[in-house]
Order: sequence, then C-alpha cells, then structure tokens
Amino acid sequence: MYVAVKGGEAAIENAHRLLAHVRRGDLGVIDLSVAQIGEQLALLVARVMTEGSCYDPELAALAIKQARGDVVEAVFLVRACRTTLQRFGYAEPFDTGAMRAKRRVSAIFKDVPGGQVLGPTFDYTHRLLDFTLAAGLPPPPPAEAAARPDETVPRVMPLLGEEALIEPNPPERPGATVPDLTREPVAFPAERALRLQALARGDEGFVLAIGYSTQRGFGRTHPFAGEIRYGDVMLEFMPEELGFLVPLGRMSLTECEMVNQFAGGGRAPQFTRGYGLAFGQSERKAMAMALVDRSLRAAEFGEETGAPAQDGEFVLSHCDSLQATGFVEHLKLPHYVDFQAELGLLRKLRAESADASEGKDVGEMS
Amino acid sequence: MNAISPGFADPALDGQCVFRAVMEALARPARPRRLAGLAGPPPPLTPELAAIALALADHETPLWLDAPLHQAPAVPAFLRFHTGAPIAEHPAAATFALLADPARCPSPEAFAEGTPDYPDRSTTLVFAVQRLSEDAGCWFEGPGINGRARLGTAPLPPDFPARLARNHARFPLGIDLLLTAPMLVAGLPRSIRVVAEG
Amino acid sequence: MPDRDSTQEHRRRVMAVCAEATRPELEAALRCVNYPGTVTDLRRPETGLVMTRGRIGGDGAPFNLGEATVTRATVRLADDATGFAYLLGRDLERARAAATLDALWQLADWREAVERALVPVGERLEAERALSARQTAATRVDFFTLVRGED
Repeated sequence: MYVAVKGGEAAIENAHRLLAHVRRGDLGVIDLSVAQIGEQLALLVARVMTEGSCYDPELAALAIKQARGDVVEAVFLVRACRTTLQRFGYAEPFDTGAMRAKRRVSAIFKDVPGGQVLGPTFDYTHRLLDFTLAAGLPPPPPAEAAARPDETVPRVMPLLGEEALIEPNPPERPGATVPDLTREPVAFPAERALRLQALARGDEGFVLAIGYSTQRGFGRTHPFAGEIRYGDVMLEFMPEELGFLVPLGRMSLTECEMVNQFAGGGRAPQFTRGYGLAFGQSERKAMAMALVDRSLRAAEFGEETGAPAQDGEFVLSHCDSLQATGFVEHLKLPHYVDFQAELGLLRKLRAESADASEGKDVGEMS
Repeated sequence: MNAISPGFADPALDGQCVFRAVMEALARPARPRRLAGLAGPPPPLTPELAAIALALADHETPLWLDAPLHQAPAVPAFLRFHTGAPIAEHPAAATFALLADPARCPSPEAFAEGTPDYPDRSTTLVFAVQRLSEDAGCWFEGPGINGRARLGTAPLPPDFPARLARNHARFPLGIDLLLTAPMLVAGLPRSIRVVAEG
Repeated sequence: MPDRDSTQEHRRRVMAVCAEATRPELEAALRCVNYPGTVTDLRRPETGLVMTRGRIGGDGAPFNLGEATVTRATVRLADDATGFAYLLGRDLERARAAATLDALWQLADWREAVERALVPVGERLEAERALSARQTAATRVDFFTLVRGED
C-alpha cells in the first residue's frame, strides 16, 4: 500500500537549484555545449538514443548534459520526451544491405565481397592513455585512398545461404502485424520480433552480461561474428496522404549478424543466426544483442534450456534500464508508514516469542 | 489533393475540446451537449463528423465511411491528410465508422464488437443526424443516466431500438454510438438499455 | 504527360536531397528560386515520431527498432500546388522550406528553377560522401592467414 507524503516543497526546489549549480561545476571552466557532446561523445549519444529508443542526436546530447553524464538518467529523459510527441506511423524497414558502410568486418571469411574496412575503431589500439588529448592537440588528418565506385557492400550471410549452409531468415508475412511493446505490454512467450525490440532498447550492460554468460557456458551457442557493419542508411516512410515512400534523411546504424552452431532436428544440419541492430556506432550492443537473440531461440531449436540467457521472461523483464532503475530507486522514497507497520509486526512477533519461552529474551543477540 | 480544406486552427486545444465533449457525451448518455464543429469540411462530411474524426483518429485507427462519404473523393483525401488514418474497406476493420446517411447504417453485427480480453477493440459509430432533442424518442436507462432519459433523433434505421437492444445484449462486447447534429453530440454507449420506444 | 512512376521517382530524388539539406541551404534555395506568390500552411509544421524498423537477420520479417523524431509540414501555393515534407529532426522552419520546394517542383514552370537551386546541396552531399568513402577506403585491410605448427 502507498501512503502519500506531503510537504518538503521548498527543500525539493532548493535541491534542484543546487543540482543545477553542481551540474554546471566550476564557473571558471568553460560550459559544455550540446554540440560538443554530440561531436565528441558520439558513442555515448548513440547509446542514449538506442536505449532511449529515440533517434535524435541533439536530444540525446542535451539529455546527457542534463543528466550529468548518467546514462540511465539520460535514457529516462529521452523516454519522457518521446511520450510528449505524437506518432506519425511506422517506417519502411531499413535496407541495411544498401548501407554506406563506414566500417565492415567479418570474422568468418577474410575475402568477403566489398572487402573488410576497419573504419573508426578502438580495435587494435594499445589502450594506452593519450596525453596529447589532455593537451587538446588537433589530430592529424585521416588518410585517404581511392574508393571503389559503389560503396554499398553486399551482406555476408547470403553467401552461406546459397549452399543452404545457414538457416533462412523468417520471411515477412504480408498483412501480419509487427508487435510493438510501446503499444501492447509484453506477454510471454514473446515472439522473436518483440524480443529484438526489447533487446534493442535494453541496457547495454545487462545485455552484454547476459550475452557473455552464453560464452562462458550458461547456454552455449558457439558464435562467430559473421558480419559487423556500421554506416548510414536512408529512412523511408509512407505518409497515408501521399501513398508513396518519402525519404526522411539518413540515419546511422550498427548491425551485427552472428553465425552459431548447428540445428538439425531431422533435417540436414545448418548454421543458425543471431541478429543485432542499434542506433549510431554501437558495436558492443549490437554484438551482445545478437548473442542474446540467438540464445533466446534455444527452445525453437529443441536445445536444452535452463540458462538465464535462454529464459525470455527473465531477460525481457529485466533488460530495460528505466524499469529496473524505477523499481530499485523507488526504495529511497519515503516508506515511513510501510516501515512502521513492519516495526509493529516485528515487535508483536518478539512479544509472542518471549511469552512462548516464558519470559526469556530470545531476541537479543550476543 | 489540391483542394484539401484546413483542419483545426489550434490542433491541441481544439482537439481537446472535442475530446471533452465526446467523453461527457458517453459518460452521460442520451443527453445532447455542445460540440464545436470544424468549419468547411468537404461535403457531405458535416462539421461535427469532421471535428470528431480529427480529434480522435490517427494512423492506428482505421476509419470506415458510409457510401455518401466514401463516394465523395474529397472526403477520404481530407481525412487521410488530417488524421493519417487508413480508410477501412470493411466495417469490422474500423475503429471509427462515420455515417452521413445513418438510416442506411449496416447492422451493429457488421462492425467490430471487441474481444472478451479487449472489449475496447470495437467500432465506435458516429452518425450525422438532423436533430437531437430530449423531449421525444426512446427512453433509456443505464449507467450515467439518473432514472431514465429520452433522446429524439432522426433519421435512423427503422429497427433502431431493436438494434440497440441486440447490441446491449452482447455487453461487455458491442459497439458504441455517437450521434451528432449541428453543434450537438450525444452518446449511446453499449451499456445503456432501451426501456420504451418513443 | 510523363509516366506517373517516373515522375514520382523524380520527386522522391528531390525530396531525398532536401532531407539531407540544412535549413540555411533550403532557405538559400528558396531565395534563389524567388517565387513571388503566397505560400500558406495547409498544416503547420509539427514534430512527431516515426517508429523505425529493422528486418530479422537483415532481410527477414520486420521488427520495431526504436522511434526517430520527424518534423512534417504541408504548404499550399497561390498557384494551387500542395507541397509536403517529412524530415528527420525537429526543425519546423526547415520542414516548411522543404515543403515549399516540393510544391514548387510540382509546377512545370518552376521545376527547373528548384532543381537548379538545389544543385549546390547535391554537390556538397556528393563531396562529403566521396571524402568519407576515401577515408574509409584507407582503412581497408587484407588479413593473411599464416600456416603454423611444426608437424
């Protein structure tokens, strides 16, 4: 039971003023602009957009500034903002095969059509702190090389599909509705499309840990990174009043396709798949999502289940940072009446216990 | 396409006023109340039908139009533009059904009645009638009516009271009905009963 | 009368350029076109959301990924053309400018002027695309697999 608590308005208002002051920090240090966050903390912006489930780099950057860099608080702000906006409709699914890739690697074939391009990556850095950054020195200009005439690169997985070495993707069923957890509460067992939506907006740390658990043996899936790509794709939408697809602008996305060990079940064995997709450059998230997508398909392949990563209800019910933080953090709000009830109950139990043992005080610990 | 008439002057406030009137109409059934229509919709769409459609419909609520509305090309174009709602081919697929000629309304069973888990997934019918008055017509009882109330309205299908009775018998499933006349709206939700024909 | 599909494809290409243009670029294009008639809002610019979708495995059944902010506007010209814009982001004036260019493009007398005015935008986009492609190409790798082992 909840009992309302009144009062404290002045203290709350002053706490918020103090927060604003502390957020700004030392006035002798230059104020951080939203544009600076957008340009120089782009991976944090991508994470807040992905988990906030709203693609708008400026809004995400503002949320990060307002949240003092707290990712979960920034996600909360973005989610709150989106509830104030009407929805125009559902976009055409992205054609990631038409992505202008800024990075594209495959860990399963070294010679993939379109080649492997590293792009801007932390991979192969030495993880040594760079004190020239602290000094604010400008970086050298990037190297350039002749580009191939068509930068769109074919996806890797269809190469395996040609020989039926990998399971086909589930085809689009005409007229079927696509589940949307922002419209209908999640019911279990959840279908794959709904699981992917939940994982896409799930907390990166949680999805990473669950994905990692499968590699350590809790629901092993034997993954290979079939392909990881990052780049931009045109978003298209068909307004009801126009009746044709309108290009809305280019969005930056990261996609990961995992190839996993076999499924047979009476048929010729095939590789299986896990899929991850996220806003911006969000490689770790897309990879972890692909691992968890595959592990949540265990029952579909008749695999042994029981690991946390194979339990759709467990993963989907706990992956959302906003839900998790809401329930954890509400514990710090006043529970005075609840606690008084517990206290009263405990005293009563102790009194009964004391009576039963003929006045001996059994409750005191030495 | 080039002749689409304008929508609400202030989409948020005007939409809220219409929403309020519709909510009150359904909360206090069979009692007409003021509804500010939308000026200048393409005929035969009435200002009241247009205002309700623009306030309530969006891309997730298919609209079904009766023959006179559907056959005027400017009407579907106007509604698609301002609401983004798809035009439903079958009445059972519609969240809202707009009728300029309610005397020829299909039977209530032709529309969506909802499901036991989601009785709200039903069609709300919106009629454009010529008059609404409290001093004639059928008597009604039910939640939101103090005692009994009567609502006089025309034109309607000849077996209208029987239709309402059938609709009420399906409760909690069934359709809800909004009746609009110039500057007025009244509600006949599925929860009300016809107690005497007028 | 040109084929409806090819006209629509043509219009989509112009919309795609506007979708990647900045507000100053669109306003410069409008000044360049210099349409003297009145432009009225059929629907005032407004910001909302579009739910974006991916496909399972890249090419399978669709799933909902997350929303994106989108701003739309619809304008009517004195010459009786209606222009639409749906653009990523929250810039109301930018959407109105794009809708105005879309309306003008639909008028035979103004189409060429609109396309000419957007040439600098197309050139800027192409230059940026090519630069990014060259920078990306410089990170192309050739991995060698080395035979190892003694037996």
